[in-house]
Amino acid sequence: MSSKAAEVIPAADFPAERTAPRGEPAVRLDGVLKRFGTVTALQETWLRVEPGEFLTLLGPSGCGKTTLLNLMAGFLEADAGEIFIGGDLVTATPPYERQIGIVFQNYALFPHMSVAKNVGYGLRMRGTPKREIAERVQEALALVKLDGFADRSPRQLSGGQQQRVALARALVIRPKVLLLDEPFSALDKNLRGAMQVELKEIQRRLGVTTVFVTHDQGEALSLSDRIVVMSAGRVRQIGTPDQVYRHPQDRFVAGFIGDVNVLPGRLEARAGARATVTVGELRREVEADALQECAPGAPVDLFVRPDHLGLRPAGEAGTLPAQVAALVYQGSHIDLHADLATGERVVVRIPGQGALATHAPGTAIGLSVPQGGLVAFPPEG
Amino acid sequence: MRGRVSSRLLRVSGRVAVGLILAFIVLPAVVVTIAAFNERAILSFPPTGYSTRWFTRALTYRDFRTGLWNSLVVTAWASTLALAVGTGFAIALKRYAFRFKGSLEGVLLSPLIVPHFTIGLGLLMLATGLSAGQGWPVLVLTHVIVVLPFVIRSVYISLQNIDERLELAAASLGARPRAVLTTITLPLLAPGLVSGWLFAAILSFNEFTASLFVTNQATQTLPVAMYGYVREFADPTLAAVSVIYIAVTAALLTLANMFLGLGKVLNVEQGR
Repeated sequence: MSSKAAEVIPAADFPAERTAPRGEPAVRLDGVLKRFGTVTALQETWLRVEPGEFLTLLGPSGCGKTTLLNLMAGFLEADAGEIFIGGDLVTATPPYERQIGIVFQNYALFPHMSVAKNVGYGLRMRGTPKREIAERVQEALALVKLDGFADRSPRQLSGGQQQRVALARALVIRPKVLLLDEPFSALDKNLRGAMQVELKEIQRRLGVTTVFVTHDQGEALSLSDRIVVMSAGRVRQIGTPDQVYRHPQDRFVAGFIGDVNVLPGRLEARAGARATVTVGELRREVEADALQECAPGAPVDLFVRPDHLGLRPAGEAGTLPAQVAALVYQGSHIDLHADLATGERVVVRIPGQGALATHAPGTAIGLSVPQGGLVAFPPEG
Repeated sequence: MRGRVSSRLLRVSGRVAVGLILAFIVLPAVVVTIAAFNERAILSFPPTGYSTRWFTRALTYRDFRTGLWNSLVVTAWASTLALAVGTGFAIALKRYAFRFKGSLEGVLLSPLIVPHFTIGLGLLMLATGLSAGQGWPVLVLTHVIVVLPFVIRSVYISLQNIDERLELAAASLGARPRAVLTTITLPLLAPGLVSGWLFAAILSFNEFTASLFVTNQATQTLPVAMYGYVREFADPTLAAVSVIYIAVTAALLTLANMFLGLGKVLNVEQGR
């Protein structure tokens, strides 16, 4: 019954409101800034969210991503700058006139209302006729595969079901933008993956513009059309998941997205867009953009992913000498922790379990470093 | 072996101690209840015969009848006024930041520290100075002051248990501030309001010390009437009134428990 009902609702019958004039972004922030007392929670920020886009605000706690979300929702007032939703200036518009849907981390379901009353709340506030409310609530519950749960109390639902109700409640008002505030962090790991896939499907089907806040880079990489990486109240980089993963623009992004090793090196030479960096005996080419401030001979940090480092016999030419420190079993792979001759600890990710038998702690090894896909930044401080 | 004996001794003595404490808690009520059924016209324990005539007298004695009615009127007014005023203060204290917030909190909770006779005496002097006499307004005002801290506390804790994200979610769904208040905040606050009112009512109904100062013959509440009675007579009528008192209060709590659950009434239940 449930899957059938979900199938018979084509996206066109459950449209996201698309009131943005042609060419206007769904959300536009022009120089928005927010202070709390003397602390600037969000530095001047410019941002465009395109209609139908799934945009993620990613960063550690305190980076300003939730402040940004609250500004879009209208829960906070910007100290400077303008906010546009669907082409309309909403900087001073209260939340109840913005037509946005929001799903909180704890779902914030109204405990004194049934599931149907929760989902229908936004429509009742709009004075929608009773019959239409009933129809649209049913559609929304079918969309999140909760038909038959209309009369339950939120208390009787599991975490995953509560989240579906919260999503249905936010979508039923046909929001101009859907805001998601860390919606998966309260779910256990198995359920989280399934809910992510489902959310992405629904989002794509409805074409609803979505702004998603998370501190989990894995979630951000797998769900987003574009990621806004933030730290310390500032946008560090905006790009597709692939762009921020493979071409981080600064040290923070390189370190925050995915696991990474930092190898100590020196800038040898810079030629146009490329620069040459040496690490021990090795010589590698990187993009020169981030190293404009560095003089030849200056120390630089070379960033290498654990799965890009290779395990070679000790003493092999073109490798970095190292010693195995520990082996961490991870199921599908082994994380081999090794100490470089220069003292740094690195992690090598090795598929399969073979290394467990052959590389006991203390074994001398060589580490191969790939030729491409490397980035380098000036050292911290 | 020795350890086992001593731990057993500890366990037994612990149980005895708890039993004694519980006994002392209920003992006064038990003694008075038994004394109320004493046949003879003296307040004594144990009773020598059985009779319900003191209940009849308690219910027909004129001062008690008017006292009970006065008490009910004052309780209804005082706890309702205290609820309205206290809810406003609780919301202000919980939701808004302003200057002298700490001082306001101190003043509002001060009746917990100031003895009731001081409150009664102060208001009596004030009322006399204003030639207001010992009328209803002064009596109700006295009770409002005495019960206000309890109402504020009860409502404040209930407010604390409301997740503000519920109100934000409602706002995002199109609810104007007034609608948020009537459809989200107040319904979720209802158990706290009821328990606050109930606390106030029970305290007001039992209040004696301050009332003694600000009542006169026409406005005297039941506890004041009982005090007047015990100075003249020493028969078990007073014990019978006490039993009625206990029964009424217990009935109120039972009723509240049926609708809300005692945990919520006493505001000791955490989370939802």
